Amino acid sequence: MPHFHASVQVSLRPSVLDPAGEATRAAAGRLGVAGVTRLRIGKAIEVEIEAPDKATAQQQLEFLSERLLANPVIENWTLDLIETAAGPVA
Amino acid sequence: MTIGIVVFPGSNCDRDVRWALEGCLGMATRYLWHEERDLQGLEAVVLPGGFSYGDYLRCGAIARFAPVLEEVRRFASEGGPVLGICNGFQVLTELGLLPGALTRNIGLHFVCEPTPLEVRPGACRWLTGYQSGEAISLPIAHGEGRYQVQEDLLRQLEDNGQVVLRYTANPNGSMGDVAGLCNPGGNVLGLMPHPERACESLTGGEDGRRLLASLLG
Repeated sequence: MPHFHASVQVSLRPSVLDPAGEATRAAAGRLGVAGVTRLRIGKAIEVEIEAPDKATAQQQLEFLSERLLANPVIENWTLDLIETAAGPVA
Repeated sequence: MTIGIVVFPGSNCDRDVRWALEGCLGMATRYLWHEERDLQGLEAVVLPGGFSYGDYLRCGAIARFAPVLEEVRRFASEGGPVLGICNGFQVLTELGLLPGALTRNIGLHFVCEPTPLEVRPGACRWLTGYQSGEAISLPIAHGEGRYQVQEDLLRQLEDNGQVVLRYTANPNGSMGDVAGLCNPGGNVLGLMPHPERACESLTGGEDGRRLLASLLG
């Protein structure tokens, strides 16, 4: 069975406040990094999946992202999928 | 009459709810472990506060797939009374029984204090013991209680009278000052404040008592 590696990026929708991101942005200033005008915190989710072909893997990952990994009410997601040898990508 | 109290791994207000219903109000209760499917003989179901499944991924995101919730969804669709308190409210939104989502408090702090609220019972069967416009105080205890929903949907919820509890001193940045929401049928209520912690004058007031006592009819 072909093996795929997926990277799902979950980010807060632009309309949703990110107080944790704001606090981190303020800390960047205190570290001495000036000029950070925006900082938003999301999630990066790494998934290994076996599927008969890439189209099936893509479809399953899209379903997973939409229904579990992200909450579409408050979050957007993007997906990168590559076929790999079995085992986690370094 | 027996009230079901759902227990997820990580629930921590299940015993408070049992005390409020049994000790304060004299009702019978039954714990519903998250893997259970039998709601036979229950008059109502309460989803208590806590950190279901550790709140991994998002608050309520994993709980949504608990076997017991398939039955709770069916129970609610048949008009059965369902109450989600705090984490239970977060679960109801993830489950899609109530719209919107609960996100990180605007000030980032976990807020644990009595909070003034305004009640607008509308058609909500849980709030029949309150006057429209009545001011009450209930304790809140959450880090992720900021209600978020699309602007047009919020207006629709307000027009429908589904925003049944509002903060009068917004503690978390909730859109529309939303503290509690009811479904159009009036049988499903989700709220961030804890009525079960306000059923005895000894422990900080009785303003939550009438909410739970609504089950007595």
